[in-house]
Amino acid sequence: MIEFQELRKAFDGRHVLDGFSLEVKDGETMVIIGFSGAGKSVALKHVVGLLHPDSGDVIVDGRPVSTLDRPALTALRRDVGYVFQFAALFDSMTVAENVALGLQRRGLDEPEIGARVAQALALVDLTGTEAKMPAELSGGMRKRVGIARAIALKPRYILYDEPTTGLDPVTSAVIDRLMVRTRERLGVTGVVVTHDLRSAYTVGDRIAMLYEGRIRQVGTVEAIRRSQDPVVQQFIEGRPE
Amino acid sequence: MRAVGQFGHFLGDLARAIPDVATWRGPALVQMRRIGVDSLPVALFIAAFTGVVIALQASYTFRGTVPLYVVGTATGKSMMLEFGPVLTGLALAGRVGASLAAELGTMRVTEQVDALETLAYDPQAYLVVPRVLASTVMVPLVVALSILIGIITGWLTSLVLLDLSTAEFVKGLKLLYQFKDTWFGLLKSASFGFTISLVGCVVGLSTSGGAEGVGRSTTRAVVISAMLILVLDAFWAVVLL
Repeated sequence: MIEFQELRKAFDGRHVLDGFSLEVKDGETMVIIGFSGAGKSVALKHVVGLLHPDSGDVIVDGRPVSTLDRPALTALRRDVGYVFQFAALFDSMTVAENVALGLQRRGLDEPEIGARVAQALALVDLTGTEAKMPAELSGGMRKRVGIARAIALKPRYILYDEPTTGLDPVTSAVIDRLMVRTRERLGVTGVVVTHDLRSAYTVGDRIAMLYEGRIRQVGTVEAIRRSQDPVVQQFIEGRPE
Repeated sequence: MRAVGQFGHFLGDLARAIPDVATWRGPALVQMRRIGVDSLPVALFIAAFTGVVIALQASYTFRGTVPLYVVGTATGKSMMLEFGPVLTGLALAGRVGASLAAELGTMRVTEQVDALETLAYDPQAYLVVPRVLASTVMVPLVVALSILIGIITGWLTSLVLLDLSTAEFVKGLKLLYQFKDTWFGLLKSASFGFTISLVGCVVGLSTSGGAEGVGRSTTRAVVISAMLILVLDAFWAVVLL
């Protein structure tokens, strides 16, 4: 279980997160929606200790992330796969090397790594791209490699940072299907940060709306769709005012 | 004060990462080729012409006052004590320092450094230690070859343009030689190599602001490295000569 507890984080005096609290249950996919710059990605980075909170904490399986020393943080990161907004593939490595890098760190032998890489690429429908460089891939393919890199580790949790941003509707639907398939086949707990509502409705078990640094509303997809909250309504309907 | 604190923290992290040999051993070999072998053409080109110029200027200065074999003395001493280490150091501050800052800066702004962390790698062990180690080891080797080439071109210049014999040139070369000339130049070079790579890594990893930020970091790394090389040059002269 992942618990965000009264998380506060400011950059240059601007409070991005201001008492952000949320509970993500085991096995569910929680989608965090919100306006651009609302702090969704900032919240996600706290889960794996990429950012340190000003106050509050994120608790992952009972471990308060901000208090962990490096070995404990490394152990926690082994349980979490992270899919970055722009994939964050290593430019100097092939697709297969990108997917294999995390597995090498886990001390697996070469045949096992090869099998896991092939399996992960097959799951994202990218078999045959092993020798390609990231620069040779489309945006959608890069995101799928990013997902393959995360799921190859067989994590307990997967964090998706804006997985469909910048993609055409068809490629977005492919990524959505992939996230659903990943949960069904691997049974992982997911946190998805997005402002793509179609994606949120497709992949989410529950949706949480982040507004002004804290959770405005959290509920099932249906509950959010029927929300009477004016801020949630404005976001869903895409009204400027 | 904040910058000094961050630098101290960076050095602490670097020291902590050194025992993680399994992580940095492979990348260190790659960096040794990139920093050392790939820098040879530019370093040797500079050294070759420096040797020619030193021989001609020494001849111009001493002709008619002291025996001309001191051209060998001037060429050897100048190349070993000053021109070999400093000119090579300045050239590598441009080539290696800029390359490191641009590479790590790009990795930082495209979240590749964050991705490494989520894959349970310590960026200090995977990125910084191999570069600093490779630079500290390889720059003295590049400088040693530069000194050799400079002396050879000085000798050839003496033979062809100054009517000196090989025996006279070698006599001059041996005249005031001390073993300290060799280790002084190489020690200085190692400190330059350490500084160039450390500055490149620190500046690169603190990059923010996209492509423009990478450009700024690259320039900053070269300027700071070049200035520190000149400061270190004076420091070693005061301390060891």
